[in-house]
Amino acid sequence: MAAPLTLLLIVAVTIRAVLFRSSLAELISARVEVVSPLNAWKRVVEGLALLDLGVSPYSGDVFHETPLMIYLFHFTVDYAEIVFIVSAYFVDCLSCFLKPLDRAKMAINSNYLKSDLLFNFPGCCELISWFITIIVCLCFCKFHFLCTCKYTDVRLCHQIADGITALALYLSIQTYNKDVFRKQKYALESDRYSADCLELLRSPKEMFYIPLKVAMFYLLNPFTILSCVAKSTCGLNNAIIALFIFCTLKGSALLSGILLALATYQSIYPLTLFAPALLFFLQRLYIPVNLRRSSFWFFTLQYAFMYVGSLVVITGLSFFLLGSWDFIPSVYGFIFSVPDLTPNIGLFWYFFAEMFEHFRLFFSCVFQINVFFYTIPLSIKLKEHPVFLIFMQIAIISIFKSYPTVGDVALYMAFLPAWSHLYRFLRNIFLVSCVLLACSALFPVLWHLWIYAGSANSNFYYAITLLFNFGQILLVADYFYAYLRREHHLTHGLYLKKKDGTEATLVLK
Amino acid sequence: FRLSSLIGHISTCPSLIGQCCQRHPGSVDEFQEELVIRPLHSGDIYASFQFRTLWDTDFLQEGQKVSHYRLFPKSLGQVLSKFSVRELHISFTQGFWRTMQWGQPFIPSPPGAELWVWFHDTVSDVDGNWKELTNVLSGIFCASLNFIDLTNTVQPSASFKPLGLGNATDHRFLRYATLPREIVCTENLTPWKKLLPCGSKAGLAVLLKSEKLFHSSFHSQAVHIRPVCQDEQCTSKAWELRQTLNVVFDLYTAGQGKKEWSLFKMFSRTLTEACPLATSSKVYVDITDNPELFELSPATPLLSQAVVLGDRRTYSVFDLTRAETFGQLRSLNLLLRWKGDGGEMLRPLLHAERYVAGFGLQTGEIHTVIYNNHPYRAFPVLLMDSVPWYLQLYIHTLTVTSKSRDNKPSYIHYQPAKDRHRPHLLEMLIQLPPHSMTEVTVQFERALLKWTEYTPDPNHGFYVGSSVVSALVPSMVAMNTNFTQDQPLFSSFVPVKEESSYFVRVYTEPLLVNLPTPDFSMPYNVICLTCTVVAVGYGSFYNLLTRTFQVDEPSLPLAKRLANLIRRIRGVPLLT
Repeated sequence: MAAPLTLLLIVAVTIRAVLFRSSLAELISARVEVVSPLNAWKRVVEGLALLDLGVSPYSGDVFHETPLMIYLFHFTVDYAEIVFIVSAYFVDCLSCFLKPLDRAKMAINSNYLKSDLLFNFPGCCELISWFITIIVCLCFCKFHFLCTCKYTDVRLCHQIADGITALALYLSIQTYNKDVFRKQKYALESDRYSADCLELLRSPKEMFYIPLKVAMFYLLNPFTILSCVAKSTCGLNNAIIALFIFCTLKGSALLSGILLALATYQSIYPLTLFAPALLFFLQRLYIPVNLRRSSFWFFTLQYAFMYVGSLVVITGLSFFLLGSWDFIPSVYGFIFSVPDLTPNIGLFWYFFAEMFEHFRLFFSCVFQINVFFYTIPLSIKLKEHPVFLIFMQIAIISIFKSYPTVGDVALYMAFLPAWSHLYRFLRNIFLVSCVLLACSALFPVLWHLWIYAGSANSNFYYAITLLFNFGQILLVADYFYAYLRREHHLTHGLYLKKKDGTEATLVLK
Repeated sequence: FRLSSLIGHISTCPSLIGQCCQRHPGSVDEFQEELVIRPLHSGDIYASFQFRTLWDTDFLQEGQKVSHYRLFPKSLGQVLSKFSVRELHISFTQGFWRTMQWGQPFIPSPPGAELWVWFHDTVSDVDGNWKELTNVLSGIFCASLNFIDLTNTVQPSASFKPLGLGNATDHRFLRYATLPREIVCTENLTPWKKLLPCGSKAGLAVLLKSEKLFHSSFHSQAVHIRPVCQDEQCTSKAWELRQTLNVVFDLYTAGQGKKEWSLFKMFSRTLTEACPLATSSKVYVDITDNPELFELSPATPLLSQAVVLGDRRTYSVFDLTRAETFGQLRSLNLLLRWKGDGGEMLRPLLHAERYVAGFGLQTGEIHTVIYNNHPYRAFPVLLMDSVPWYLQLYIHTLTVTSKSRDNKPSYIHYQPAKDRHRPHLLEMLIQLPPHSMTEVTVQFERALLKWTEYTPDPNHGFYVGSSVVSALVPSMVAMNTNFTQDQPLFSSFVPVKEESSYFVRVYTEPLLVNLPTPDFSMPYNVICLTCTVVAVGYGSFYNLLTRTFQVDEPSLPLAKRLANLIRRIRGVPLLT
């Protein structure tokens, strides 16, 4: 599996490097579909320029990245070479150090699953060795496509982020598949599945290429490529979320808590991923979700403490870096109150541009609540399937968040190959894919007609965003339906009969 | 308001002066009026009125209560004391001053309305005072100054220093705002004239007829209030009110192609007397270019020389307080007759212009071009830009180039905008190389506003106020070291300091920028459509979350159900 993945990485990096060097990069980085006020690279550069001028980047309304992000970039831009060498060296050392440690642990601790849950790093070595591969690839690229631009190294940063996301997704889905297969085996052994649903069962052969497909869906998705070429920081946020998923699936609660806190800190909305992560750990530890059980509460509090604790540490760290709390209204206030109405692919901009002033607060609450609203019912419905729940949550975030970009869409779309076994139950995948493709093509066309040609008006672009979101909602709802239906068939049999023995149709009641 | 000017009149009666001056023995208010006429090289004519009222009081001192007004308008005096104003400058301008054709104006002003105020440093709530002050001034001058709020107010750190007494440097007490869209007309002129001690009844002010003044290429009226020294030792303070009115008449349109000018043609009035309250009342005519360019009649023996804006000018002076000025007709009607086309004008040493580059409604670039026409001297200029928040400036795209080389500003003060709260403020100190063109560019992004934030005519565009270039320009007198004709040799070797450079403020054109607009006709449609999509999402998730899969058992047809009903009554097995 390593060879195709390496090849995929090289292809992906090459495509991006070529685009970076072409004249398209400038065009792409100005597209409103690709960058939003929250993650536009131009605004990061502006923030850095303000820092250089001695003005707080949060004193204006252009910069909305978190303090850690700006200091990361400040450091990367200024000391790019050093960072590069040090990180490579550090990673090298770490992997050398971790590999024997991990093996030793495995050997000594036979039931490490339970005892070392909080502080183990299984799979880290794997990820790290891949990380080295990426860096080597990028070094290769760097010397081939050497540019005199000041921000060349930042391009590498974005490429690395994409590579990490893809790898993390690859490894997570691999783990997940193993898990799924194991559970399926237990269920079969304990006769929990109905007899005629053999064709619904998943075979290792069919599952073998799924992780690769997931990585490919992420790396070669035009949305991801555009997002990376535009140097949108969305790629970095995706990397954090992907790493969080990876750590969760590998069972490291501490790392998962830290990364979830980091993702929350970056853009608030991943807060809703707390529920699926918690459900996953509970399932992994065979703790039943029972509010009267102390073990349930013990673990929940433990995980919540890790999450909240790291959130407090990260926020505190930003405070000490910046010396003020200015970033809270400037980042989170900006996300919630939606003051910037620059068009994007989401539902907010035109709605709030046309909103009556006295309803503004009400409707911003209604629209923001959409992201958080589905968490609890979905968690109840999908409590046995936390990974699918993660997918649902990420999709809902990317549809209902206030400044969505195509990079967010790309993240949940990467999961679609993992649900390829649901394909037979999807009702309108053809329609949805046509809608999404047509919308993606029409976005730039209608934008041009409105903004440059002046022959269309804002309604044209708005109509397309509406349709795009409609398509996304249909897609997610369809996958949800298919997932539930497959679960139903697994327990009740595939070919259902009516009372009179004729073939029955399934309906939702 | 009328009452206050009436009181102003009454209080000047000699009997009352005796009473009121018991507290300040020897303090006398003063009023001077002056008109400067300068024929411009373009053939236009520039008339500049100045009315100066000195108010001998110092109400900013503790325990000082002012209730008595002589020449100073009470409406302004009350505003000054109520809001603890240290200095106030307000101008209303219609039209744009064409520096390249007309040279430098005596008192520059940007198109539209401009207001800048220094508050006294005892003021605790400067923003509150500023808000109230703009509303009061809005009433006094019948102007839309009440549209000045935090979104177009800035606090320049270096460009606007106090012009009067005291060297306040804390720019927290300074507020500056422009309204580039303000249209100036008769309703602004009438209250302005009422502030004069003689109103428009006597003196130079009789010339201020609005039907003529607004039939011109450029019209600017201003009020400047500042504290000045009463005497040379500066033992006591006085308040100076300068009312200025500058107007440029277009020769060709108003004169039907004839190059002939008279006071009557310009103002449809002649001068017959000075304002009785004025201590001095003079008309100056710039005759530096006489007799090559024009001929002036009646000729006057009184000549005066002055260095104005770095240039030595000669003026004919007509003193209206002297009876012989008016001659036998008891009226003064100056007549200027052009003798042919004007020669080449010396280019102004400092000149600036500005425009927006780029196409489409997404981004754009503001270009400010500053010219230094001095042949061998470099000098620094302060450039101040105040850009509304809906044009998001990207300061990292700021470039300053002169002579196609990067010219890094030695000082940058940048305050980024806050959406709907504060405009961008950019101040830079740029060194202009001699005989050069310096270009300052900065990119911006146009925001989409809420539909209620657009002006009634949104596709007309949004105005961005002029940028302000302030500089100490090397004087032409100092430049001309070979100029020894009417100057003794001993005085011309080392240029005199006062004359070596002079302060100039140049305003660029205001910008008109288009923003993308939403469709104003469909708020309801948008609300309905967006909510529908959200409801589709909600509905489909709700469906899947609350319902379960069940086998669809079709219900019996109606006939069978009826039959079953009867069968149930009869106690017979039911049909299926």
